[in-house]
Amino acid sequence: MEGLMAIVTVLASALRFGAPLLFGTTGEILTEKSGSLNLGVEGTMAIGAIGGFIAGATSNSLFVGMLVAFLCSSLCGLLFSFLTVTLKANQNVTGLAMTIFGVGLCQLIGQTLKTKGKFPAMSEELTHAVASNGIPGLRNIPVLGELLFNYNIFVYISIIVAIIAWVFMFKTKAGLRMRAVGENPGAADSVGINVDRTRYINNTIGSGIMGLGGLYMAMIINIGTWNDNWIGGYGWIAVALVIFASWSPARAIGGSFLFGLLIALQSQVSILANAFPTALGWLNKIPVEFYKMLPFVITALVIIINSIGKKKEGVQPTACGVNYYREER
Amino acid sequence: MTHNNVRQPLFQISKRTEQKKGLGILVNLAAVLTALVLGGIFVACLGYDPFKFYAKVFAGCFESPIYIKLLIRTIIPLLITSIGLSVAFKMKFWNIGAEGQILMGALSAFTVSLLLKDSVPSFLGILIVLLSGTLGGGLYGLIVAAFKAKFNTNETLLTLMFNYIALYIVFYLLNNNVKFFIAAGNGIPTFKLIDKALWLSEIKIGDLSFDTSLFIAIAIVVFVAIYLKFTKQGYQISVVGDSPNTAKYAGMKVKRIMLRTMFLSSAIIGLVGALQVTGSAASHTMSTGITNGVGWTAIIVAWLAKLNPIAIVVVSILMGILEQGSNVARSAMGISAAMADVLQGLILFTILAFDFFINYKVTRRKKFALQEASAPTTETTTDTDKDSTPQLTNENGEENNEVTEENNMTCDQSINEIVTDNDKEGKE
Repeated sequence: MEGLMAIVTVLASALRFGAPLLFGTTGEILTEKSGSLNLGVEGTMAIGAIGGFIAGATSNSLFVGMLVAFLCSSLCGLLFSFLTVTLKANQNVTGLAMTIFGVGLCQLIGQTLKTKGKFPAMSEELTHAVASNGIPGLRNIPVLGELLFNYNIFVYISIIVAIIAWVFMFKTKAGLRMRAVGENPGAADSVGINVDRTRYINNTIGSGIMGLGGLYMAMIINIGTWNDNWIGGYGWIAVALVIFASWSPARAIGGSFLFGLLIALQSQVSILANAFPTALGWLNKIPVEFYKMLPFVITALVIIINSIGKKKEGVQPTACGVNYYREER
Repeated sequence: MTHNNVRQPLFQISKRTEQKKGLGILVNLAAVLTALVLGGIFVACLGYDPFKFYAKVFAGCFESPIYIKLLIRTIIPLLITSIGLSVAFKMKFWNIGAEGQILMGALSAFTVSLLLKDSVPSFLGILIVLLSGTLGGGLYGLIVAAFKAKFNTNETLLTLMFNYIALYIVFYLLNNNVKFFIAAGNGIPTFKLIDKALWLSEIKIGDLSFDTSLFIAIAIVVFVAIYLKFTKQGYQISVVGDSPNTAKYAGMKVKRIMLRTMFLSSAIIGLVGALQVTGSAASHTMSTGITNGVGWTAIIVAWLAKLNPIAIVVVSILMGILEQGSNVARSAMGISAAMADVLQGLILFTILAFDFFINYKVTRRKKFALQEASAPTTETTTDTDKDSTPQLTNENGEENNEVTEENNMTCDQSINEIVTDNDKEGKE
């Protein structure tokens, strides 16, 4: 029983650590599937984090926080679209600029508020609302309750958002059009799909979703206390996860929780090792850096294997990263 | 093709056929100014005096010899990394793995330094250490290039992953007390200092002092400028960058060029790591933060400078001033040093936005022009078109070109499509 509880604890943390990744990944998949490679996930999340956190903490409402996080980050998406779609700026550079700007702005605002002693604190009520939600009643079922029904509301939202994104992309006409824009904007344009508008919409909504991940980092992973590195590379892991999930939000759910497990193991590996001293005792000897590195190693391998296999399914959208200029097609 | 009732956009965007040199510089200057004004608004919003802030940034770079020394230290790694990146970017090889390549260069230089100690004469020792750093960075980049050449693997994402792999290798060595690398002591583990014989020598001119890496940086800039512009290999790089197929049909060994170029690019970047370890900038030791984010900033510098070596020098200095000045402004005014990042981001955004007006031109469509465009295209309509279409820009020479091109588009479109279709088949 003790062993089972250890496994459940670690798996549950995997979901808690995976949720912000899932937000980032779902957002980036929407963006990339419509043909934009936005490397600014880290910065977009940072802006959503600081905006959403300040709004949420001062208004004492989780909903307001989420709304503002979504809006702040979707502004980043809008800016990205304006630069890359309308002004046809290089996507790699624009994305990196977004990362530098976003992380910088988040630090600037956070540090300024901190030095002036005006950094908002989360009220007890809000902390409670964020931390221990779960589904009343169901969460008290032994094992199953802990494993399925005892998460904060973000975790459920992240999964729902990913499922909605999957249904939208693969089961609706609008989704098909959006994928067409990502694969071959010229052809999509010639059948009357508005390429620019499609990219604008997907970039903006995608970035907004990333913002929810940012708020998660601020409110849950960092429990509302300021540090200079709120997003801590999760945005880059999300970029990696998109490849790992081969551009499918459904696979992103599994991928996020697998990567979440790797993050959970960084701090909780001893729980597993102590519960199964004979079978898993060796886990204690693996350095933490290994778990930190693993998401990137796995993704690197996936990138390489994909390119060797030349798979037709689940590869980067053909036009991803390329700006569309009608007169050049 | 076109009908009279087809909705036409109010603004027509077309590529500029010829670039005016002065225009580019002017537009970029305007962009930087706009960014600085926007940044000033940010500063004001945070409750500080923007004029005082910019004055402090400037003073924090040039007020005293120590500041100048620090400024040079900030600029050198940025400059060399940007130059190194520009080599790969010229080939349209999106090497965003400079962070990892610097770390690997630093790590190999550091390892060799610890092995060498003072067993060889100082000059030779430093040479060996710098070369090993170059090799370390170069090989780390070469792995990615090999995959790209063999399997057409996406280099942007792969180099990105390699950054973190390198970072956690260094973290591993530090946190796990690997005896070879870590200084003896009970406190928080720190990397050993390298032997004094391997330190880059400091040069003093009056109050000013800097280490030899400055000369190495200048030498590399000159070398790369000549290499890209005047050598056969440099020419090959730009051909491969513009069109790999053209290069292939011209008999170039594209894969070899790719490997060679990426090795050169990441080797130069690896040297940055070696210079940091041997120089005074990182206090003659290894650290996990040895890159100081240079790998990211350099991508921006190379891009802003349009891969032009002289412009890279200018932009590196500008970015260095922002970085160093913001640090001083932090201690003087209490304003967060993250302001440097915000300013860099803003400058990038404005330049990316303003770039549009260098590469494209916007012309407004009038109704009558629309009707004429729908008529079958001949030389005569082209002429009338030219007279009747008001253009927003006032360079007359270019207008003619543009309009002809526009009208030709309709007839050429179908052909173009066939051509691109053929291209695709050729690729597969």
